[in-house]
Amino acid sequence: MKSQQAVQTTPTPDSAVVRGPDEVEVRLRVNGENRRMSIEPRVSLLDALRDRLDLHGTKKGCNQGACGACTVWVDRRRVLACLTLAISCENREITTIEGLADGDALHPMQEAFLDLDAFQCGYCTPGQIMSAVALLTEGHAGDDDEIKEWMSGNLCRCAAYPHIRAAIRRVRDEQGGDRAAH
Amino acid sequence: MSPAIGATLNRVDGRFKVRGESRYSAEVQVTNLTHAVVVNSKIASGRISAIDTSEAERAAGVLAVLTHRNMGRVATVPRLLPSLAGLAAPGQSFFPMQDESIHYGGQPIAVVVADTIERADHAATLIRVEYETTPATTLLDQDRDRAYVPERIFGGLLPGQNSRGDVAKALAAAEVCVQATYRFAPNHHNPIEPSASTAVWDDVDRLTIYDSTQGPNSVQLTVAELLGLPPISIRVVSHAVGGSFGSKAMVWHHPTLVALAARHVGRPVRLALTREQMFTSCGHREEQEQQITIGAAADGRISALRHHKYSLTSRFDDWAEPSLQSAAVAYTNPNYEGVYHLVRGNTITPTFMRAPGEASGMFALECAMDELAERVGVDPLELRMRNVSDTDPSSGNPWSSSGLRECYQRAAELFGWHDRDPQPRSRREGQWLVGTGMASALYPVTQPVNPQRAKARLYNDGTAVVEAGVSEFGTGVFTAMTQVAADALGLPPERVRFVGGSSDLPNITAAVGSAGTSAVGSAVHVTVCELRDQLIRRAVADDHSPLHGADPARVQVRDGKMVLSDRPDVGETYADLLHRTMTPDVEVLGTWNPPPQDAGYGIHTFGAQMAEVVVDAELGVVRVRRMVGVFAPGRVLNRKLAHSQLMGGMLWGLGQALLEATRMDPRLGRWANSSLADYLVPVNADAPDVVVDTIEQHDDVVNPIGIKGVGEIGVVGAAAAIANAVHHATGRRMYELPITLEKLL
Amino acid sequence: MRPISYSRVSDVGTAIGTVAADPTSAFLAGGTNQVDLLRIYVEQPRRLVDINDLPLKQVEELPGGGLRLGGLARMSDVAEHPTVRRRYPMVSESLVLGASPQLRHMASVAGNLMQRTRCTYFRDTEVACNKRSPGTGCSAMEGVNRGHAVLGTSECCIATHPSDLGVALMALDAVVQTESPAGQRSIPIDDFYLLPGKTPEREHPLSHGELVTGIDLPPLPVAAHSRYIKIRDRESYEFALAAVAVAMSVVDGRITEIRLALGGVATKPWRARAAEAALDGAPATTDSFTRAAEAELATAVPHGMNAFKIELAKRTIVRALTEMTQREGSA
Ligand SMILES: Cc1cc2nc3c(=O)[nH]c(=O)nc-3n(C[C@H](O)[C@H](O)[C@H](O)COP(=O)(O)OP(=O)(O)OC[C@H]3O[C@@H](n4cnc5c(N)ncnc54)[C@H](O)[C@@H]3O)c2cc1C
Ligand code: SF4
Ligand code: FES
Ligand code: FES
Repeated sequence: MKSQQAVQTTPTPDSAVVRGPDEVEVRLRVNGENRRMSIEPRVSLLDALRDRLDLHGTKKGCNQGACGACTVWVDRRRVLACLTLAISCENREITTIEGLADGDALHPMQEAFLDLDAFQCGYCTPGQIMSAVALLTEGHAGDDDEIKEWMSGNLCRCAAYPHIRAAIRRVRDEQGGDRAAH
Repeated sequence: MSPAIGATLNRVDGRFKVRGESRYSAEVQVTNLTHAVVVNSKIASGRISAIDTSEAERAAGVLAVLTHRNMGRVATVPRLLPSLAGLAAPGQSFFPMQDESIHYGGQPIAVVVADTIERADHAATLIRVEYETTPATTLLDQDRDRAYVPERIFGGLLPGQNSRGDVAKALAAAEVCVQATYRFAPNHHNPIEPSASTAVWDDVDRLTIYDSTQGPNSVQLTVAELLGLPPISIRVVSHAVGGSFGSKAMVWHHPTLVALAARHVGRPVRLALTREQMFTSCGHREEQEQQITIGAAADGRISALRHHKYSLTSRFDDWAEPSLQSAAVAYTNPNYEGVYHLVRGNTITPTFMRAPGEASGMFALECAMDELAERVGVDPLELRMRNVSDTDPSSGNPWSSSGLRECYQRAAELFGWHDRDPQPRSRREGQWLVGTGMASALYPVTQPVNPQRAKARLYNDGTAVVEAGVSEFGTGVFTAMTQVAADALGLPPERVRFVGGSSDLPNITAAVGSAGTSAVGSAVHVTVCELRDQLIRRAVADDHSPLHGADPARVQVRDGKMVLSDRPDVGETYADLLHRTMTPDVEVLGTWNPPPQDAGYGIHTFGAQMAEVVVDAELGVVRVRRMVGVFAPGRVLNRKLAHSQLMGGMLWGLGQALLEATRMDPRLGRWANSSLADYLVPVNADAPDVVVDTIEQHDDVVNPIGIKGVGEIGVVGAAAAIANAVHHATGRRMYELPITLEKLL
Repeated sequence: MRPISYSRVSDVGTAIGTVAADPTSAFLAGGTNQVDLLRIYVEQPRRLVDINDLPLKQVEELPGGGLRLGGLARMSDVAEHPTVRRRYPMVSESLVLGASPQLRHMASVAGNLMQRTRCTYFRDTEVACNKRSPGTGCSAMEGVNRGHAVLGTSECCIATHPSDLGVALMALDAVVQTESPAGQRSIPIDDFYLLPGKTPEREHPLSHGELVTGIDLPPLPVAAHSRYIKIRDRESYEFALAAVAVAMSVVDGRITEIRLALGGVATKPWRARAAEAALDGAPATTDSFTRAAEAELATAVPHGMNAFKIELAKRTIVRALTEMTQREGSA
């Protein structure tokens, strides 16, 4: 088969609303709260959270998608905030580490990380925890091999990996197995 | 009677960390904040012939563009001195942006300050630079014939060569000789938090720097010297540090650059290095080669060791990580020669990287030992046992404590070493060749050279706050100090708060070389013991106290109460004493004077490492299946945290063995893989479960709390155990790190 | 990152009209490559047109028995799709072995095909690179090129194509569906990727503003017996040093159908036609596999550090074929 021309369509011309490049008002829904800010479209979700909203729990380890420290949930899926533009998250539900605990009560995964010493310096930890909770929702924590593979998007230079797996196992088992925790 | 010590208390800062509430230095809230971005030299040698900043200056939001033409001048450039000394501790004896000269790729050449990070970042790309390039040396082999033996290395702390006995003669007489050359790729620390500094001037002589550092005091003293200000003008705060591994041990340029920039724009400035800049801004483990010759008798008993290291250092400093230190004393060995050879290159001065020196030096020795075992037909573990030295072979002094034999034995039990078939390539499971290997671990305990202080205050409600200027970068030192203080004061840990991370607090040497916890721990111990004794003295002197007139030596503390040792029902709480005497609190500033390094003992930490690897017989892929490490770090303050650090260290050894290499492009004089996608560190899937055990040793020589540190020893020998296991699996010796698959195809 | 403006569109017509009309604009899908390259000034659009609201996210059955992956379907969703897993396991595997779970949630399959090389010189705007700045030279040729290609290279560029998915699609003869102001096109995957030749900057035949609307997987029973294997230094979260996508059927010890493609070693996802020719009808033995691997790599050109890839690719081919045979045997 060779490349072929097919049905002719008539595209609408450039009718899209252009925002920026100067600062524009961006509204985000973060951890159940509506937040507004005036930012340039180039601002990443990560910098918007950390620098504009003082939600500094989400970390910046590489700014290139190579470490996972910036893991947050957008519409309940784990993604990397450093490669996401804040403006593209309007109308989406953003959850960060600050939105995980229920008031003073830690989320079971936070509790497990603490008890099993699943971190040392703690810098990768918010990303690990956001990833770990999502992992259980995704149903990829069946056994250790699966946990290893599906947690490999979060580097831990302190190399707390075996303890991170232990924490995930504990929450998985407490909550009645894979896919049950959320 | 030490309920808290040894227990597995959770990290006292853990709750904040799992909630994302800890503030790392790029996260402090400061009003009127601006953002700086550094521009780095693209060439490795030469000078800036022209620099045009006009477009950058005109860019939106830009407050200043600083280059060598308008950057503030530093008052002096202090000499490199490891931060262990407790003085100013610059990472190199050079400060950039003072003239147009370029000495290494990545050298800072401009700083842009703007109102947002995006604007600063973009403006930085608008600076046009022209260079005059001169030839650069960035690889050891480019200039090997110009190698020299330095007088001293490591900031002047260690001699450039060392010997005892007569090596040449002993080697000539040896029944067996093993000779090998090992090559090591450069490595970068890559903590997940890139270094960051925020500078706030409250007045011309009042500067606060929020910095990610292993030693707030070192930053204070270094920046003070550079800026020509007295230390009282500078306050350094470092609450939470996102890993360091040596990259934040010395004081590099960024805190001073950001202070100068903040002074220039008259507003607070934050500078967070990018991941790429982490490869050129805070040192690295240098590219090196080590040549080793072991002479031994037919039964494997070592008679001589020759160990030479060739490595690349900077134009400014005679730096070599001290790779020869532990190998020189690991085994009984009357004839020894160790020599450092340096080649000057166009690089930032290399620096400490976790297990500095021993990670490479013990790799060479322990791989050569494995060859020796094979040559003399002795089990590798048995060979080590035969050569264990009960004294420090360099001085003949006894060890302050050892535990090495017990480590070997325990590791062998946990690992199942004794069932091993010594024959290489003797185990295969499908595509996988299976092998096991072992190595010894040694790490010297370096004493701080200056007095270490801490402060402790007990309030009249029976809670205590303990302070020292150490920072928390993942070692768990805040937790361990809480335990040390709680034990000595007889308080439950939740009634004690440890505060650190600021140069305002009593001075503590930077937490380097595993000496952090022992230095601050000793200071805290001495201090809280003094506080406790004062309180007891007050009680026994007070007519209204049930302890009145008692012998202070016979008073104990427990559960917030001072009681008679033999009559625990007689006594009173601290709170009762202080309330009754209308005393709001009692405070003590304590000092621990470290013993001299040569106090008549050899002081080392010992351990044993074992690993099982599988190697894909056709594709060369190596995976580590399990690791066992047993260590004798003196006393263990908190088993959970100590084992975490040891485990992390062992997995660092895995990274060193199989993955980590920074690759220099000598044509450009720059690293070719400065990102976390290209510089590979282990991911979760690479990390097997790790068995860690500790053999506690009583040691009252090393320091009053008897600890030797767990930060580095876990790394030492781990890579050698893996390389030896690869040999056992495949029959092939690995002489170059990392062991990537092409070496096994 | 330079200043950019942003538009979000919700229908295909507006999307392509908008981008086609503005030469300084680009589509923004998952952004995992676009935002990264913008930040390091390798891509320089002034306007991003966010296409994530376009209704192109589904995986649908095609009338003739094939399957269409919407251009904006996420890597993770396609990987987990039951039909993809059952009928095209190599597609699912190639996706799961790529990037990380977070990236796969973000990244679209069209974006995956369009992603640029990971050549570190390409990513460094200070150095010569023919792909990024035509005519400036190739820094990788004599540089740090352990990850670079040995097949399909030219004297201008030896950059490896990074996509894993593309390799599986190449083995399957997938067809890329596009739409532009000029109309809709179906482009066979082999034509979708261009060899570097003298114009390494041109990687595909799309015009500016031409949108990848979907990827069609042909009805191909043999694809149900397929797999993707990927060799790399670390166990996960790394691009391939060598990868093989294979679909095969063996009857009475003879290979009756074979589809083979290579990743990590070539300048485009590489259909191993020479190997296929050698294998077609041959006995399913290590001998045949080795001969086929030799045939495929006969034209490979090493460049210093990457020389090992030739041997690695051969052995990976043999491994993949051996494993397939064993699996077929036991199935
Ligand atoms: C650390 C890291 C590791 C990775 N590892 C792997 C790996 O192992 N294997 C692998 O295959 N990939 C890997 N990736 C790459 C990743 O899969 C791609 O970045 C991703 O698939 C791109 O998809 P996207 O939707 O994010 O595209 P974008 O980043 O949004 O777009 C990429 C390009 O495609 C264009 N584009 C996007 N959609 C369309 C469309 N529908 N029509 C026309 N043009 C379009 C954009 O304009 C842009 O030029 C890795 C990425 C990172 C950051
Ligand atoms: S290999 Fe290609 S992409 Fe890499 S430097 Fe050469 S021309 Fe550029
Ligand atoms: S900061 Fe986003 S992946 Fe590293
Ligand atoms: S805890 Fe330090 S990087 Fe993971």
